[in-house]
Amino acid sequence: MLQDATILSSVLSMIGGGGGRLLEIVLLSLGVTITAVSFAGLVGLPLGAGLALARFPGRTIVIVLVNTLMGFPPVVAGLAIFLLLSRSGPLGGLGLLFTPKAMMIAQFVLVLPIVVALTRQTIEDLWTEYQDHLTSLGAGRLGSIPTLLWDARFSLVTTMLAGLGRASAEVGAILIVGGNIAGFTRTMTTSIALETSKGDLPLAMALGVILMSLTLAINGLAYGISRVGARFSGKS
Amino acid sequence: MRDTTSLLPLVVRDLRLEKDGRVLLDVPVARIQNRKRNVVLGPNGAGKTLFLKLCHGLVPPTAGSIEYTSPRPASEIRRRQAMVFQKPVMLRRSVRANFTHALAMAGVGWSERRRIAAETMAQFGLASLADVPARVLSGGEQQRLAIARAASLNPDLLFLDEPTSSLDPTASHQIEDMLEILYERGVTLVLTTHDLGLARRFADVIFFFHNGRLVEESDTQSFFNNPKTVEAQAFLEHRLFW
Repeated sequence: MLQDATILSSVLSMIGGGGGRLLEIVLLSLGVTITAVSFAGLVGLPLGAGLALARFPGRTIVIVLVNTLMGFPPVVAGLAIFLLLSRSGPLGGLGLLFTPKAMMIAQFVLVLPIVVALTRQTIEDLWTEYQDHLTSLGAGRLGSIPTLLWDARFSLVTTMLAGLGRASAEVGAILIVGGNIAGFTRTMTTSIALETSKGDLPLAMALGVILMSLTLAINGLAYGISRVGARFSGKS
Repeated sequence: MRDTTSLLPLVVRDLRLEKDGRVLLDVPVARIQNRKRNVVLGPNGAGKTLFLKLCHGLVPPTAGSIEYTSPRPASEIRRRQAMVFQKPVMLRRSVRANFTHALAMAGVGWSERRRIAAETMAQFGLASLADVPARVLSGGEQQRLAIARAASLNPDLLFLDEPTSSLDPTASHQIEDMLEILYERGVTLVLTTHDLGLARRFADVIFFFHNGRLVEESDTQSFFNNPKTVEAQAFLEHRLFW
């Protein structure tokens, strides 16, 4: 039977003792996730804003498709990227399979639709408010995108956090494309999966506690910053 | 500083806007003269706002023409007019940034933007609010900001949609003073209202709309003393009709 004390002592011993390996795992997890989410933001924010303002045939279909991809099963995404990156696949020559880069690509693919879909919604709502003013200033639809992205910045923090949540909780895709190689592609979530199947439940739980604390800390920080920023720019 | 060759008069002919077979706006002919205070008057739903939006080019007409006297490219015509909306659009930025943003969109350079913004804020009593987020301002302050922001673009022609409708008497008075200042500077004003008092005090020319149709265009005195149409008479006597 699993006891709180065992988990707690596991957590403490992991943080205290043998910290080197734990730190490595935590840093790799954070590195992969933050890189993937950053790139998803760089690509997804303008793309989502563009989708909000552009008018082209088939736009509705694209929106429905992107919304659907928010729920893309990570293992399927992982499998697809595995096939792309595997030796005999079209991108096999890059030698990326079973590297942290492959995991970043997988998480990027999973986070991108979330960023695009939520940005599209936020920007479209703001556009209905700003449309007359920006059109009157002669900005045009595409020219309005920078203004809208900047003015929606506090709502978009939440969008990025949703993406971060997806990435940091993700295990299926990175397990497939990363391979869970100790010291190289082993992250917190893949370790938890491994330790659970090995039967080392206290260790798995301890890792879970650390993962959740980190997620909580990042979210708290981002929320705090955006609230303070929002207060200073008068968005009640 | 100001280019004195005006765009005006603006002549509107056979202007129609239809949606799903319903005629929303019908203006056989209207002339907006240079350096006049034009008031577009009428009850709610008369088509006043639509008329402004069509003249300003925000909504394309179904039929008809909107012609400026001096032949200029569309982009320049757009730059020489501005519009203030009934619910002022406040960017989620400081008061100063609301000015500099509009000026940036108009293609004004960085240091020039800050100079014009500071100058305009000082002129209209907004200097002390420069760093305040625009969205925490009171209704009257927001309306002042919206008008000053439009004025900072140095337009020939300024459209204002119900600039005083949601304000208390003091705030409306401030707005009327601002409009007088702009008028004296040579800006042609076109504003909508359903406030007869404002129209009587302020207007040189009245455009009276009813049910989407421009039914009467006349100078203020003859409109109030001797309205030509039944609709205008009824409106002036506060009689309900439809």
